Amino acid sequence: MSGATLAPQDAAVATSIGDNSIASYDVEAVRRDFPILGQEVYGKPLVYLDNAASAQKPAVVIDSMRETMETYYSNVHRGLHRLSQLSTDAFEAARDKVAGFINAESSDEIVFLRGATEAINLVAFSYGRAFLKAGDEVLISEMEHHANIVPWQLLRDETGIVIKVVPIDDDGNLMLETYKELLSPKTKLVAMTHISNALGTIVPIKEVIRLAHAAGAKVLVDGCQAGPHMKIDVRDLDADFYCFSSHKVYGPTGIGVLYGKLDILNSMPPHHGGGEMIDRVTFEKTTYKEAPHRFEPGTPAIIEAIGFGAAVDYVKNLGQERIAAHEHGLMAYATERMSEIEGVRIIGQAQEKASIVSFVMDSAHAHDIGTIIDRAGVAVRAGHHCAQPLMARFEVSATARASFGLYNTRAEVDALVAALYKVKELLG
Amino acid sequence: MGSEPMQVISVDELVENFEFLDDWEDRYRYIIDLGRKLPEFDEADKNEQNRIQGCTSQAWLIAEVSADPKPVLSFRADSDAHIVRGLLSVLLSIYSGQTAEDILAVDIKDVLRRLDFEAQISPNRANGFYSAVERIRNLARLNAGARTEAG
Repeated sequence: MSGATLAPQDAAVATSIGDNSIASYDVEAVRRDFPILGQEVYGKPLVYLDNAASAQKPAVVIDSMRETMETYYSNVHRGLHRLSQLSTDAFEAARDKVAGFINAESSDEIVFLRGATEAINLVAFSYGRAFLKAGDEVLISEMEHHANIVPWQLLRDETGIVIKVVPIDDDGNLMLETYKELLSPKTKLVAMTHISNALGTIVPIKEVIRLAHAAGAKVLVDGCQAGPHMKIDVRDLDADFYCFSSHKVYGPTGIGVLYGKLDILNSMPPHHGGGEMIDRVTFEKTTYKEAPHRFEPGTPAIIEAIGFGAAVDYVKNLGQERIAAHEHGLMAYATERMSEIEGVRIIGQAQEKASIVSFVMDSAHAHDIGTIIDRAGVAVRAGHHCAQPLMARFEVSATARASFGLYNTRAEVDALVAALYKVKELLG
Repeated sequence: MGSEPMQVISVDELVENFEFLDDWEDRYRYIIDLGRKLPEFDEADKNEQNRIQGCTSQAWLIAEVSADPKPVLSFRADSDAHIVRGLLSVLLSIYSGQTAEDILAVDIKDVLRRLDFEAQISPNRANGFYSAVERIRNLARLNAGARTEAG
């Protein structure tokens, strides 16, 4: 093929990924699975590029939740009646699906919580209080979400642990050499993101874990952005803890997962007390169930768990490698087209990157960008992305962020780029 | 120079101008222009005390009170985002240079309706518009109270 005869989008395909993988991915068919994508905003087709904040839901997820409520809904793990049995089966089947999604050894390693934020807090306050003491070090990275910073600060204020921060370079790559230097016998836990929500950087987490283990530390991985973008294998990674939220992998809000190695989970005290998590209660002494139930007191998010199960099945059936290839093509194309716009600067150009493009413009604040392109039907996030220390690192107060999901198209990248030219026109 | 409150156009003029502009682009252009006319804050005034919370961009508001004979509140405002500056300019048109009583008597929702703002500019939590309104009303309440005690 001669480069001169290619349309710009074709050129991007040819340079980023092979034509074959795109050809086998029918994005138009995928889009039909998502009822909301037919919406218009301000009379223009919705271009939803805020997937890193939360992703839209396919019909199979919506249907699974409706079916639950319409046909067999009941509380779980309690009743002897038929509906309770059916609900319990569906709820536990969802746990099995999530376990399979991340290749956990056992479904007992899957704790259903409200989301990744609760999962990190659980590790901080259950594992942290039980096993970390004053002077012990917790390593986090410079690009953590506030949810993976603040719980450790709360724990520090309570127990006197020391938080150390692994820096990143100007492109947003984790500085692995500095990480190695920071690891010491004092390091007891490394809590690190798998993919940066603000930069898209894919952290070499397997290596991070290997080095931490060699230093005698446990590792908690914040996998919120990895869930929708890549295949996760907790056993291959040898992660001690791994968490992510359902709503970012095309499932409902209100539920997420903490994976933990079973022996570690069973060594940890409960973080909340209540029904369903106990073995036996007397006023003198209470004994607790084994994981995961010891961490799931009260009535869980039953319908949401079932929707979560349907969501991970959907992603798995579509094929995580194919999704990643599709998204990578979109990101390469978006990066190329956005770089052509004078005054646009992309923040985060790590070697390994997921489909998140964070950017600033000379003439416009991120807030102006977000507000104006909204009028063109384009939804992006503008702000500090709950990563203020990271913004400070790049000396910006905020960025605009376009994040691509499995249903986005190259035409939508074009719509984003056209809308950015409109921003320039209005503010020029 | 920074301390002199700028002359802002009246709400009636704003309503008239907005009626004249019928598409969103022109309205945004107008809002951005209003913002550009606001004098910028000195760096020292962009401090924590003046910062308006709940905003994806940064925004600041300063009140100056003169008593003749009732306390009159004048406001200055700034933001690092153009559209927010424009929205703040609209707020100054609505509130600046009025007595505390008059400020508290403003039905902001009604003014925004007259401007057809809700549909066009969508002030919301993210752009800090309503936290600025709250800040202004709180300052007015404080000063309305001070006068009663003094007089």
